[in-house]
Parts: sequence; C-alpha cells; structure tokens
Amino acid sequence: MFGWEFPPHILGGLGTASYGLTKGMALQPDMEITFVIPKPWGDEDQSFLKIIGACNVPVVRKDNNWDYVNWRIGSQMHPDEYFWLREGIRYDFRRIGTNDLGCIDFSGRYPDNLIEEISNYEAVASVLAHRLDFDIIHSHDWLTYPAGAFAKQISGKPLVIHVHATDFDRSRGQVNPTVYDIEKRGMDTADHIITVSNLTRDTVINKYHQDPRKVTTVHNAVEPIPDVERFVKPPRKDKIVTFLGRITMQKGPEYFVEAAHRVLEKTKDVRFVMAGSGDMMAEMIDLAANRGIADRFHFPGFMRGEMVQKMLAESDVYIMPSVSEPFGISPLEAMQVGAPTIISKQSGCAEILDNAIKIDYWDIDAMADAIYSIVQRPAMYQSLHERGLEEVNNITWECAGQKVRDIYNKVLNIK
Amino acid sequence: MKNICLYFQIHQPLRLKRYRFFDIGADHYYYDDFQTEDIITRLVQNSYLPANETIAEMIKYSGGKFKCAFSISGVALELLEQYAPELIDSFKSLAETGCVEFLAEPYAHSLASVYDPAEFEAQVKKHSEKIQELFGKKPTALRNAELIYSDDIGELVANMGYKTMLVEGARHVLGYKSPNYVYRHSYKPDLKLLIRNYKLSDDIAFRFSNRSWSDFPLTADKYISWLAAMPAEEQLVNIWLGYEALGEYQKKESGIFDFLKALPYHAMERNLTFVTPSEAVAKNKPVDIAKAIFPISWSSEEKDLSAWTGNNLQQEALEKLYQIGERVRMSSDRTLLRDWLNLQTTDHFRYMSHKDAWGSHYENAYDAFTNYMNILADFLQRVESQFPANVDNEELNELLTTIRNQAAEIEALKKEVKTLKKKGK
Repeated sequence: MFGWEFPPHILGGLGTASYGLTKGMALQPDMEITFVIPKPWGDEDQSFLKIIGACNVPVVRKDNNWDYVNWRIGSQMHPDEYFWLREGIRYDFRRIGTNDLGCIDFSGRYPDNLIEEISNYEAVASVLAHRLDFDIIHSHDWLTYPAGAFAKQISGKPLVIHVHATDFDRSRGQVNPTVYDIEKRGMDTADHIITVSNLTRDTVINKYHQDPRKVTTVHNAVEPIPDVERFVKPPRKDKIVTFLGRITMQKGPEYFVEAAHRVLEKTKDVRFVMAGSGDMMAEMIDLAANRGIADRFHFPGFMRGEMVQKMLAESDVYIMPSVSEPFGISPLEAMQVGAPTIISKQSGCAEILDNAIKIDYWDIDAMADAIYSIVQRPAMYQSLHERGLEEVNNITWECAGQKVRDIYNKVLNIK
Repeated sequence: MKNICLYFQIHQPLRLKRYRFFDIGADHYYYDDFQTEDIITRLVQNSYLPANETIAEMIKYSGGKFKCAFSISGVALELLEQYAPELIDSFKSLAETGCVEFLAEPYAHSLASVYDPAEFEAQVKKHSEKIQELFGKKPTALRNAELIYSDDIGELVANMGYKTMLVEGARHVLGYKSPNYVYRHSYKPDLKLLIRNYKLSDDIAFRFSNRSWSDFPLTADKYISWLAAMPAEEQLVNIWLGYEALGEYQKKESGIFDFLKALPYHAMERNLTFVTPSEAVAKNKPVDIAKAIFPISWSSEEKDLSAWTGNNLQQEALEKLYQIGERVRMSSDRTLLRDWLNLQTTDHFRYMSHKDAWGSHYENAYDAFTNYMNILADFLQRVESQFPANVDNEELNELLTTIRNQAAEIEALKKEVKTLKKKGK
C-alpha cells in the first residue's frame, strides 16, 4: 500500500483512515501488508503491518558501508534491507536530488513543492516494485496514485486506488487542473476504485468519467476508544453545542453561527463552541459579534488528542454542517463519547448513520430546530446518546477491511 | 351455519406541517392541509369510493344477505366531510340498507384508553354522537383505536354500557385458543369479545397480490373453501382490515374488487352467512374468558403498544400531552379543543418509532419528535394561557362550576326576591 500519513504523526483524516483500515484488514489471517509512507518517524505501530519509509529507499546507487548506513537510518530500517532494496534500482534517477545514501528527503507533509514530491515518490515506487513480492497494489488518495500506477506498470500486478477525497470536495468546485490530471490518470489506470461514500462515488463516476462497474463504496469506520468511560459529561447549567474542525469554507462554519443566532433568540442557556482554526476564523468571530451573540459563542482554538474527546464528551450537541465532506469521521468520534450529532446531508457519513440528525448544510432553520430540540428535550438527548453509541460501536474497520478484501478477490479473480 | 364477520376501518390523521421552534407562540395553525387533502382524495378515489360501490352492489345482488361493519374515526369523518362529501353520502345510503353496522371508537383515534380514561370516555361519547348524527343509529359495539385492548380498557368500555368489543387475536392473550369463537371479558361477563382472525385477514390485506405467496392467486372460491373447511364447532370468523387494503394496497388491477364481489355467491353456495359484529355476538354464546393484563394491539408481530409507546421519545411526547388533559377539558375554546383531538391521533406517535414508523413523511423518528414537540409546546402554552397556572385543577373546576351556574343561581335568587317582595306587600 502507498499512503501519505500514518499515526501518530498525522495532519488530517487520511492517516486515521489508513491506520484503521489496515488494522481491520490485518485481522484476516492470510493478509500481509506493507505500507509505504514518505517519511516515518519511527514510533509508528508496526505490530500488524510493515512500514517502509520512502525516504530510506535508495533510488540512486551510492557506495556506503554497513556501519554507516546503520548509523544513519538503523532506527527505521535494517541496513541489510537497504542493501537489498538497492538492487532494485533499474532507472537513472540522478536528476532527482538525493542525499548521501542515494535516498530522497521527503517532507511527508503537504509542502509547496508537493507535485515534485509526488513524482519523487514514483521513483521510490519503481525500486520497490522491482524488489518486493506482492499480489496487489493499493494507493491511498491522489498523492500516491502516480506511485501506484508506476508500480503496476512495472510489476503487472493489479492496482486498487482508494479515493478518500477528490479535488471537487477540497475546492468547492474550483478544481486545480494539475491535481485533476493526476487524479484522473490514477483512476484510469486503476483496476478498481474504492470510494469512502456514495457521494464520492458519484463524483468519481460523473466528474472523472469512470465506469460505475469498477467503482465500489467502502464506508470508513472508527477505532474504538480505550477506556471510553473516563470521558464523562459533568453537570452544567448551560448546554454546549460544539463545532470542531478546520474553520474553512468546506466545513460551513457560517451556517453554524447563523443557526446559533436563531437558537439564542429563543433561549439563553446554551453556549456555542467553534473549536479549530482556519482561514475563516476571523470572519466567523466578526459574524458572531455582528449577530450580538459573542458572549455565548466561544473560539477555543485548535485542539488535539485527548482534548478533542474531552470537548466532545462534554458537549450536548456536536454539529458538522459541512458543505461537502467525502466521509467525515468526526461525527462518529463524537458518537463514541456519547454526543448527539447533527450532520449535513452533504456528508458521506450521513449515508451510514441512522441515529444522527441530518440536515441540508444551508438549512439554518432545520439546524437551529434540531439544536433546540436536543438541548430542550431530555428524551431527544437520551435517545440520540444511547442509540448513537450503540450504532457507532457496530461500525468496525474489520467489516470495512472485509469489503476491501472482497474487492481484491474480485480483481485477482479469486472465487 | 358458519358466520363471516367482515369489518373495515377508516382512519386518516391531519398531517402536521413543518413547525420550527421559533414558531412557538407565534403560529397556532399546525396542519399541512395540502398533504392531508392530497392523501385523502387519493384514497377516496382509489379505494373508499370504488369499495363502497362494490359493497352497495354486493348488498343489492345478495338481496341483503351480505353484511359488514365500518369503523371510521371522528377525525377521518371530519376530513371526509370536508374533502369528499360524496363518500359520506355513499355511506349514508349504505346505512339505509340496514346491512351495515357502524362501530363506536375514540373520536381522535387516540391512545387515550391507555393514558387518560376520562378522555377516552369523552371521545367515545363524541364519536357515538357523530355516528348517530350522520347515519341515524347509535353504535352498540366498540372498537378501540388500533384494536388496543386490556382488561382495564374492557372494564372501562363495559361500564360505558357497550356489550360488544373487537379485539386482536394476539397469541399472548389467546394462547392455544381459536379466534373463531365469541369470548367474554375476564371479570365483566356482560362484555363480549370478538377476536380478529389475523391470518385470514392478512391474506386479503397484505398477501392478495403477492406473486411469491404459495397460495397466489387467491380466488373467492378458494378463500371461502378455507372458511368452510374449518372445524364444525368454530362458527364465526372475524375478518377485519383497513379499508385502504381494497384498491390502495391491493390495486384495482389485482382484481381485489372482483374477489370481493364473488364472495357472497361462494359463501351462499357453501351455506356461510355474513353477520355484523352485534349480530355475531347475538348468535354465538361466549365459550370462555379472554384475559389481557397488558394492552395488546393489531400492530406488527409483537401485537403490543411498542409501535406508539416503545421508545423514550414517544413516552415523553405522550406524557407531556396527556398531563394537560384535565385542563383542556375544562376549556370551552373550540379551536383549542379541536387541536387537542388532532394532536392525539396515534399516527403522530407512530412516526416517532425507530422500528416501525408506518406511513411517516418525516426523515426519521427524531425529526418527527422535534416537529411534534414544537407544536405541542405551542399548544401547551395556549392551554396554560386559558387559566392562571397557579390555580390547581380541583379549585379551577369548582370556580368554573360556580361561574357556569351563576346564571341559574341569579335567576333563582331573583325569584326569591320577587316572592319575598310580594309577601312583604
């Protein structure tokens, strides 16, 4: 598998999904996964798969002795493996800037020269494709499509690509032609395409002109939280309604502020929290002030780790009014700690959740009505709380992993 | 001679409109008239009218041998009067044949029998008056909304003077006993119970046009032969269905009306007669008691109340609604009383079911609950504004009686003054 992120060092949902899916798939007894990421940190959980850092794979032959290699990258890769992989270099990649080991220094993030990093990743893929033994190639998100496609070309093994998002979701319609080109080539080359929701599947079919027969939806799932009982909701006079995520156009924060305004016109004992940061934050602070609700509207800034779960657990309502969300894992995380959730119908996760309130992201009236109903009526909170927990605990990566396996079997013609 | 007791029910609720929380206190009209009318007129055209015509024909050609009963909720009667008066006329002419019995039931097709006995009584009375006014005859048999029945409800009904009540053939009540007899209430021997044969009823209502059913196609000949083949001591079979089964669930094209039309001929051929519920009770002696400690209904597999009261959304809504019953009944505000009835129809609570929201036009149970509770909040505010909240019900009742009797009292006092004056002279 080619990925871009892997926990614990993640920048977005892609890493979480990659981790959950591979962990779920590893439960199948005859499954062996090698996961390539540009730059591992060495503290990744490798108990159920093998991680190869692209930054440790030589693409240009340099003569080094065993001890030197051990000193340089020994903590992440065995020097023997380095030398063994070095035999896989078949092409001249000297045009790419490499370090003393003949490896490429990847940032592993989303730098300005992202396109260059993507193509360098392709070089690494060629070395691996020549050397490793595998049955199928699985590429996660557009950054890794070229690498997957090149590996397929070399090895002749089938390629499955996993669409976690498309540029149509990220840009609200203002698609970057270079990105689209990479995405489209990847999809055209793939033997099968996995999408994280039917919403994304439709985009792939309609906007990227793919054959519906080779596009299958496998919804994401969520990892259980260890000792979830430690997150409790302390009694509080005011009810708390939480928005959590990047404050950007895609997440629809302005609709949340407007809905909050509506609710506060009718009742006072509610507080609204917009956690996270993003390019629309200042605008949202202004909007809340303009509506005269700044005293009840809070911006605690970016949160991570346990803070997130604690915030969610203490909320009476979690809301995700995304304008476009390929899947959206956070409502599931909110449900895990028992928070009733309101999600937009334009989110992929709406396809699998029954015990969540679903509204159109622009329908401020419906959003306000749902918030009001949950904070005012104990039965509503209780029902969503209990049934939500039960529902989300049944959404497992193991099931998702099994679906991916079925797709593998199909492309490999295994009955 | 075996008896067939056929009965059809008609009920349609007033669909509630989308009502947001900021409408509370500002908007007192709760109904989506367009949707209600749309559904009613569709049902009248596809089902009720053609079915009525068929039944009229059957009565005519069988020389009055074909008989059946109808149970139409008060709410539905009002809707039909408004949107399909021709159907009311058609029922009136059916009533004139004398072959059709109209049953009593709670006016609003409500759960009042479970939550508010006083309200239940009031509604049955109101419904019975309505039936008498429209069809000229006071009903003697009663059918509760959704065929809800328990010993307590039966006692209530018996105390109101009804002799016959219709009950679902739930297994946990009948056990091994057959539904094809008349039973009686477990401790009120005067109340006779008729039990629905749900297998034979559902054969028509749900399975008639199902091509994968092993008995497809169902012909009148075959159906009557099943009835005739029942053990000789079982003298009565109760086949009760929603009227929509004819023409709406089982489309006209499925031949359902022809099936119906052929029934009397085949029945007579095999010496089976049609009876109305009251006749069934008169003709057949009760064989045993039927005991129901917990309420049963005709819904789903479980035959209990879980479709309306099963989850905490429904329970909260019902509690909030029936808490106010006593207060509402003291009011004489006609719009308020009308809303009170319309908000009680069982359908609103069914829409809040997670497992069985039959006929719901809401996104899900939560959506139905939110909308209903907003409306209820406005309604409760209106009720509270009728009388000061710090006066409790008992005190209020006394005050109201005083006020109502004032005129009479003043009149009496005046008379007294007059006579005293005369005496003084």
